[in-house]
Amino acid sequence: MIPFEYIRPSGQKAALDAIAKDASAQFIAGGTNLVDLMKKGVVSPQKLIDIGKLPLKEIKEANTGLHIGALALNSDVAENEIVKTKYSLLSQALYAGASAQLRNMATVGGNIMQRTRCTYFYDTTMPCNKRKPGSGCGALKGYNRMHAIFGASENCIAVHPSDMCVALTALNATILVSNNKGERKIPFGEFHRLPGDHPETDNTLQKGELITAIIIPENNLQHSCYLKIRDRASYAFALVSVAAALEIADGKTKDVRLAMGGVAHKPWRLTDAEKFLKGKPATENNFQQAAQIAIKGAKGYGNNNFKIKLASAAITEALNKAAGKA
Amino acid sequence: MGNHFFDKATMPAGQDRVDGRAKVTGTARFAAEHPVPELTYGVLVCSTITKGHIKSLDTKAAEKAAGVLAVLSHLNSPKVPGFDPPKPANKDEKPRAWDGLKVFYSDKIYFNGQPIAVVVADTYERALYAATLVKAEYIKEPHQTDFNANIKQAASPKGGGDDYTRGEANAWKKAPVTLEAEYIVPFEVHNPMELHAIIAVWEAEDKITVYDKTQGPKDTQQSIMQAFNLPEKNVQVVTEYVGGAFGSALRTWPHEIAAMLAAKKVNKPVKLVLGRDNMFTLVGYRPYTIQKIGLGATEDGKLTGITHTAISQTSSYEEFTEGAVGVSKFLYACPNVNTSYKLIPLDIGTPTWMRGPGEATGCFALESALDELSYKLNIDPVELRLRNYAETDPQRNLPWSSKYLKECYQMGAEKIGWFQRNRNPRSMQEDGMLVGYGMSTGVFGAFRWNATAKGIFHADGTLTVQSAVSDMGPGTSTSMVNIASEAFGLPHDKIKFELGSSSLPPGPTQGGSGTTSTLGSAVHEVCVELTNQLKQLALSAGNSPFKNAKPEGLAVENGNVLLVADRNIKMSYVDILKQHNKPELEFMKESNAGEEQKKYSMYSYSVHFTKLHVHPSTGVITIKKVVTAGDAGKIVSEKTARSQMIGGVTGGIGMALTEEGIIDHRYGRYVNNNLADYHVPVNADVPEIEALFVNRPDPYLNPMGAKGMGEIALIGYAASVANAVYHATGKRIRDLPITLDKIIS
Repeated sequence: MIPFEYIRPSGQKAALDAIAKDASAQFIAGGTNLVDLMKKGVVSPQKLIDIGKLPLKEIKEANTGLHIGALALNSDVAENEIVKTKYSLLSQALYAGASAQLRNMATVGGNIMQRTRCTYFYDTTMPCNKRKPGSGCGALKGYNRMHAIFGASENCIAVHPSDMCVALTALNATILVSNNKGERKIPFGEFHRLPGDHPETDNTLQKGELITAIIIPENNLQHSCYLKIRDRASYAFALVSVAAALEIADGKTKDVRLAMGGVAHKPWRLTDAEKFLKGKPATENNFQQAAQIAIKGAKGYGNNNFKIKLASAAITEALNKAAGKA
Repeated sequence: MGNHFFDKATMPAGQDRVDGRAKVTGTARFAAEHPVPELTYGVLVCSTITKGHIKSLDTKAAEKAAGVLAVLSHLNSPKVPGFDPPKPANKDEKPRAWDGLKVFYSDKIYFNGQPIAVVVADTYERALYAATLVKAEYIKEPHQTDFNANIKQAASPKGGGDDYTRGEANAWKKAPVTLEAEYIVPFEVHNPMELHAIIAVWEAEDKITVYDKTQGPKDTQQSIMQAFNLPEKNVQVVTEYVGGAFGSALRTWPHEIAAMLAAKKVNKPVKLVLGRDNMFTLVGYRPYTIQKIGLGATEDGKLTGITHTAISQTSSYEEFTEGAVGVSKFLYACPNVNTSYKLIPLDIGTPTWMRGPGEATGCFALESALDELSYKLNIDPVELRLRNYAETDPQRNLPWSSKYLKECYQMGAEKIGWFQRNRNPRSMQEDGMLVGYGMSTGVFGAFRWNATAKGIFHADGTLTVQSAVSDMGPGTSTSMVNIASEAFGLPHDKIKFELGSSSLPPGPTQGGSGTTSTLGSAVHEVCVELTNQLKQLALSAGNSPFKNAKPEGLAVENGNVLLVADRNIKMSYVDILKQHNKPELEFMKESNAGEEQKKYSMYSYSVHFTKLHVHPSTGVITIKKVVTAGDAGKIVSEKTARSQMIGGVTGGIGMALTEEGIIDHRYGRYVNNNLADYHVPVNADVPEIEALFVNRPDPYLNPMGAKGMGEIALIGYAASVANAVYHATGKRIRDLPITLDKIIS
C-alpha cells in the first residue's frame, strides 16, 4: 500500500471543500472495497477523506418516500423495520450481499460506489481498460464466467457487483448528491454507466460530489423476491440475481418491477419484460414469456454463456416466488 | 455407541479438545505470533511472467524507501550450501540433491509467482510498500500451463510410474457389461485459514531458531540442516499451533528459505507471512488429473476387469507423484486389474499432497464409475459393492488386519434411509426440488511409522508426555492425552502433552493419517513402561501395602497402583515417588512397527451417503444431509474424531461443488487467487453431517487398535455428490467441481 494522507472532517461542508481542493483525494466510509483496491495497487489515492463522522446515517420516512442516509450501514438498512415491511425487496437484497461482517462495515453510499470484482481489474499485471485505459480487456477472451451478458462493449465486459443496487433500481430510487456549490438528484437507473468507450468511468457522479442519501418512493409492491444465484450459498457474488416486485390486483399484474444483477456494467432494469407483464394475469406462463423477452439481446463471451439460460430461469423463478407460486 | 475405547470413569466420551480454550480465546500462539525482539519484516516480490529469465532487477527505489534494511535477490543473496552440495569423498555416495525450487539462486523463472526478491523493513507496511518499488525486467519464453494442450507430453514418471497388471490387462473390454468414462479433478488449493508464516532468528552465525508453520518440525529441521549445512543441535523449529494445512505444510518451501536468507543478510529476526495470493503459487496444490476408468462385469454384477489410468501434472523442475490409481488395485475383488500413471511437466509450481491426496482423486473416478455401472446393471450401488467385496487383499494376497467396510455400508445406509429411495434417476421430488441420494466408498492405508515419546511423572501427581510432532487441527494433543490417560491410569486433566518443538523426542510428520497410530503407539508404550516401574517401586517401597504381591497382580487406576485381588488396597503414584525420595520418574522410548506389517494389509475405510436437492431450472445444488460411516479402528478421542470427519466431509463438499483453481493460460496466472473467488464451502453450504464409527479395534496395527482417519473423511466424498446429482437429475457430471452451469447446460 502506498503512503497516503488521511483526514476526517467534522462536517459535510468541510468534506466537500476538501475534495474540491484536491483532485487526487477520495472519500472513504466503510472502506470494505476501497482498502482492498489500495492494497492491490488498483487505486492509489494520495489523500483519503474519511466521511465516517458525517451525520448521514438516518433512515426515516418523509412525504417523498423513504430517506436513507448515505452512511447508513448495510446491516442497519437490512434490519430496519420500515425497510423490512414496506421495502422488503431492499432488505432481501442486502441480506443476500457479502457477509455479516462486511454488511456491518459497508455503507449505502459505498455500496453504490463499489467497483467491479473483475479479476483482470484487480490484478495490476493484467490488461484492463477500466484500470488502465487502452491496455485492453483481459476478460473478453479470458476467464469470463462472472461477466456481462448485457450492455457490454469490446472494451469492457465487467459487471457491477452490488445486490443492493439491483433492488434500488427496481424500486425507482433517487440518489441525492452534493458538492460545495449545491445538490442534485440522480435517478438510480441513470447513475451507473455502461462501459462503451470509457469503462474507466463507472458512473455519472462528478468530481467533488458526494452521495448524501437515497430516496425510495412509496409503492404498493406487496409481492417481492430478490433471488440470487451464486456458486455457494453465502459470501459469493451473483452469477445472476433478480429483483422482482409485483402489485397484483384481481389476479392481474398492476405494477411490476424487474431488474437483474451480475449481468451488466450497471444494475440491469428489464423494462420490456415489465411492459409485457403489466396488466396481464400473474401466471407462470406469463412470467416465462417475460423472461424470454428479458433475455433478448443477451450475449455470452464463452465461460458465461450459461448465464443467458440461467437468467431466464432465474427471472421466472423470482417472479413465481414473488407471486407466491413457488 | 457402546464399545468405546474410553469407557472408564477416568475418560468421559465427550472429552473436550485440550487446546480448545487456548484456540478460541486467542492465547494459542501461531507461527507469526511469537514475540521476538528486534523483529523485522520480509515481503516477497514475485515473478509476473511464467517462464524465462530476469533481465534486470532495479531495487534502488526500494532500498532507499523509509525503513528498508535490505532487498535480497539472486544478485546478492547469501549462498545456500544445500543448493550446491559438495561431492561426497566416497565416490559411490551420491550428493544429496536439493528438492524443489532453489530460491534466489539464479535469474531463471519457472512459474508465475516465483519469488524473485524479498524486501526487509522495520515494519510490515513499509516492507509491503517497498516491495512495490522493485522493478523487474524479463526475457520471456513461451510457457505451458494448459494441461489439455500438453496432454501429448504425458510420460511415465522418472521415479517409476504406477504401472500394474493383475491377470489380464484391459479385460473389462471383453465383459458382458462394460463402462468406460473419463473423469477430471481440477487444480485445488489447500487454503488453510492460517497463512503460511515463518519467523527466522539466527542465534549465531551457525545456529538458527525458526517459528514456522509446518506439519513436521523434525522434517523442517532436517531441511534447514541440509540447506545451511548445520548440525542438528543448531537448528530449532518451533510450531506450537498450526491453523490448518491439509498437506500444504508437509515440506519446506521457498519462502521459508527466503526468510532465513533475509534474516542472515540483515542480521536480525525476520518474519515472513505469505499473502493469500501466494498460497496458490508457493505452497503446493492438488494436481490437475484426468483419469480413465474401464469397468467390466458379468450380468449379475461381478467385476471381471478394472482398468484405471491417470494423467496428472508436476512442475518443470521437480517430479511429484501420488497414488491416484492405487485404489483400483485392491478396493474390489476383481481378477483382472491394470493401471498406469503419467505426468505432464508444466510451468507451474510443484504440487503437493492435499488431504486424501491421490486416493481422493482416484476414488472420485472409481466410485463414480461404479455408480455408472450400477445403473447399467440395474443393481443398487451398495449391493454392487457388496457383490465385489474383497474379503482379502487381492493386490498383496494377504489378509486384512481388520476390515469393517460392510458394517460401514450398513450403518450409513440405514441412517440416511438409503433403501427407501426410488432408485430411478430424476424420480424423486421434494418442495419443488429434484432429490438425489448418492453414496461412495473411501479407503486409505492405515500406517505406522517410527516415533519417540518421553513421559515424565512429576512429584505433584501430573504427567508430561512429549514428542516433536505438530497438530494442524485434528486434535493430536487431545488424542495423546487420552491414550496416556488410558495407558497410565491418570485422569486427563493431570496430563500435559508437549509438542511443536524439534528439540523434543523425534515424532512423525503429521500426514498420511498416521499420527495417532505412530505416535500413539510410542505414548502408549512409554506410559505402560512407566506404570511397570511404578508397580516395581510400589512393591519395594518401605510402607508397601502389597505384601508378597507380584507385579502381575497389580493394576493402575486413577493415579494409584492397586491390588487386583482387592482393589481397595492401593498406593498412590505420588506416595510411591515420595517413599523412594524421587522428584520424578522419566522414560523415553522409540516405538516401531513390526513384522505384522508384512503379514497383513492395513487400511481404513469410509462410506459416504449424501442427500441433496437440485433446483430443476437453475441447477442450484443444496446438500441436505450427509452420513459418513468410518472404519478407523478404535476411536481414541470421540469428539475430535467426529470433528475430523465433519471437517473432511466439508472439504469434500468443496471438492465436489465449489473448489477449482483457475489459471488464465495466456498469462500463466491464477485468476481466482483469493477467498472471494476461490470458493471453499461456507457454513450455509454445509448441512448436518452425521459421523458414525464402527469403533472396533484393529488387532495388529498398534496397541490402541486405532487406524487413521484424516484422509478417509474426504476420500471418495465427491463421488457421493456426483452420484447423488445423477440420481436427482439424470445428468452425469464427470469433471469437478459440479457447478450449476454444468447441470443446466
